[in-house]
Amino acid sequence: MDANLEEIRAEIRAWLAENWRPERSLVEWRNLLVDAGWAAPDWPADYYGRDLPPSAVAVVNEELAAAGAIGAAKAGVRNLAAATLLEHGTDAQKRRYLRGVLTGEEAWCQLFSEPGSGSDLAGATTRAVRQGNQWVINGQKVWNTSAHHADFGLLLARTDWDQPKHKGLTYFVIDMRQPGVEVRQLRQMNGHASFNEVFMTDAVVHPEDMVGKEGGGWQVAMTTLAHERSGFARSRESVEDGGRPGRIYDEYREEVAVANEPYVWYPQRAGRVDLVIERAKQTGAIDDSVIRQDIARLLALHQSAQWYARRTAEARKAGRTTGAEGSVSKLAASHVARLASDVHTAITGIEAMLTGPESPLDGVIAEILVSVPAVSIAGGTDEIQRNIVSERLLDMPKEPRFDTGPFRDVKRN
Amino acid sequence: MDFSFSHEQEQFRDSLARFLRDKSPTSAVRKLMATDRGYDPAVWRQLCDDLGVAGLHLPEDVGGSGYGPVELGIALEEQGRALLCAPYLASAVMAGYAVLLGGTEAQRAELLPGIAGGTTIATLAVTESEGLWRAGDVRLAATASGDGFRLNGRKRFVVDGQNADLLVVAGRTGKGVSLFAVDAAAEGVSRRAVPPMDPTRKLAEIVFDDAPSRLLGAEGEAPLEAILDAVLVAFAHEMIGGAQALLDSAVAYAKLRVQFGRPIGSFQAIKHRCADLLVQVELAKAAVYQAAQLLADGEDATVAASQAKAVAAEAYMHAARECIQFHGGIGFTWENDTHLWFKRAKSSEVFLGAPREHRERMLQAMGV
Repeated sequence: MDANLEEIRAEIRAWLAENWRPERSLVEWRNLLVDAGWAAPDWPADYYGRDLPPSAVAVVNEELAAAGAIGAAKAGVRNLAAATLLEHGTDAQKRRYLRGVLTGEEAWCQLFSEPGSGSDLAGATTRAVRQGNQWVINGQKVWNTSAHHADFGLLLARTDWDQPKHKGLTYFVIDMRQPGVEVRQLRQMNGHASFNEVFMTDAVVHPEDMVGKEGGGWQVAMTTLAHERSGFARSRESVEDGGRPGRIYDEYREEVAVANEPYVWYPQRAGRVDLVIERAKQTGAIDDSVIRQDIARLLALHQSAQWYARRTAEARKAGRTTGAEGSVSKLAASHVARLASDVHTAITGIEAMLTGPESPLDGVIAEILVSVPAVSIAGGTDEIQRNIVSERLLDMPKEPRFDTGPFRDVKRN
Repeated sequence: MDFSFSHEQEQFRDSLARFLRDKSPTSAVRKLMATDRGYDPAVWRQLCDDLGVAGLHLPEDVGGSGYGPVELGIALEEQGRALLCAPYLASAVMAGYAVLLGGTEAQRAELLPGIAGGTTIATLAVTESEGLWRAGDVRLAATASGDGFRLNGRKRFVVDGQNADLLVVAGRTGKGVSLFAVDAAAEGVSRRAVPPMDPTRKLAEIVFDDAPSRLLGAEGEAPLEAILDAVLVAFAHEMIGGAQALLDSAVAYAKLRVQFGRPIGSFQAIKHRCADLLVQVELAKAAVYQAAQLLADGEDATVAASQAKAVAAEAYMHAARECIQFHGGIGFTWENDTHLWFKRAKSSEVFLGAPREHRERMLQAMGV
């Protein structure tokens, strides 16, 4: 196994020496990478990959970094599209879409949540109706990250209203660049616009863009969501080029900047525990015995949550987890962020009335205070996490359901 | 730093848990808590002889097993879960660590084998009026006399003080605070059992009236902070074991109890609170386990030890309150077992410093 990895290292190193040229355009370079199978070494050999294990991907990434070379496009929803199509897509879908994912030429968004179905995702009411040789889509989606840049959307729509809710859904790839699709930015309470609303009015999907079976959309969506959860921490891409000059680096930096734009306020959303002691020293709050209690409480909670995550990661490696531990961590993150927000408020005092450049830390404190409420909602509300923890880790009974009959008869928004 | 238990450690946990399920059901706890001694000498012998737990953390050359804070923690977590009535915390943990960290090599060789084997019951008496061992709280006077010291003063909240053969006592000389070994049967030592709110943990007040003693280690150099760190980490394990027992009990009852035609555990009003409790208990466990790991790795563990005490104490009390609440009226009766853990949780919350004091100790140890 190790000897094999060293062979792979030698092979990619030689290939890079031969082919890596920073003068090339980003797309030209990535097409070479895709053709050679180095863009996604763990993908099937039939679809631009090399059937190699994840350990080989790490080796390839190390060699790319060592050469200063840029890898395949990774950021955002394109990864979820690839994972979903690899598992459920047809041969034609894989050939049509996977290369554009890797080269970064085509961007993706997810069209799952709706104004009427957030936590209850399977309650989607966007309609897909078969008319002649096409699907006609009508409805509204929301919380669609980067939809304003997207070429394609991963769409969950209702195709059968007489089935129970989970069985009447179908999964499609929809072309976002068509007249029936309108994307509007959604402004959040913290002033940022990281998400969109997407309105579909007689938008069209071709039958070959149905993913999985008609009525089988929920299973396909579960694949997308599983990859979203496991990649939650990796949603932001960092620029590893060390600020190198050159056309290809410029193009890459722009790609990363666009992909990261929705996430610039995420550190503030998590509460910025890292700033607490420094701020308390600056303002003198560090001498207040009541605030000291809150600071210590916050640091203890934050440290405990980090240690819990480390222990869970170890247990996962040993195969001793249920998969619901992430919900414990997510609930802990909500506690940490809320407490941090309270502590920042206590430290900041009356200055917390201000925002912008005249406010503490050039507006960062104000941004923390108005961003933290997102933590306990995004990626599954605290209430949903508590259901998961109580049902899966504590084996407690579910609430009685009222949505098991034909979806047509189910009470909804 | 390790972030998981080894297979061997898990096996030790299982065998101890089995023993305790057998020997320390709540029927036994209730019987023992009504006695003056508060423990069953036969079970104590088995625990020490068959399972070797009293010397778990003590070196092999003084009769211990040579394990460390992680294994000691496992032993205490299981005892806390089973609410074992035994002089373990007082003798093995508190006095054991005090002699190990504060005694000379010769004194360790002389005193620890009895503690490790469970044949000597020892305890540690530091507290006079405060939970946290601030040096200023030690006013008991020690005066040199012959080749020993005479002690005059009073110690309170001495765990298993009336059961102990050997008292390790913090006292003050002109050089500061030192540790002294006192034969509990010596003249000038008078012990009085005081009624504990938690009847499973016996407390004594001890008055020293010119009692003879021997200095342990160097005069004026009692390593109270190091002993406190080690004891806190062990004690915090006992608390998370108790908290887990209460969480288990609360969840089991919520699944069993039917009202309005359905198990109360199916109401989100209950199950969400169980989920929140699980989060708090799991985070406390993570803090406690890592504190033990830091101690085992020889790192400075003051911050982690105080953090562990604070979060474990709060998780334990929260679990106790929730467990009673979910049981409803029956949870407030003497017949229901929840109050046994509730009382242990309450006394543990304030013993060796309340969470508020440990949060402050944590910050000071961080230099903040």
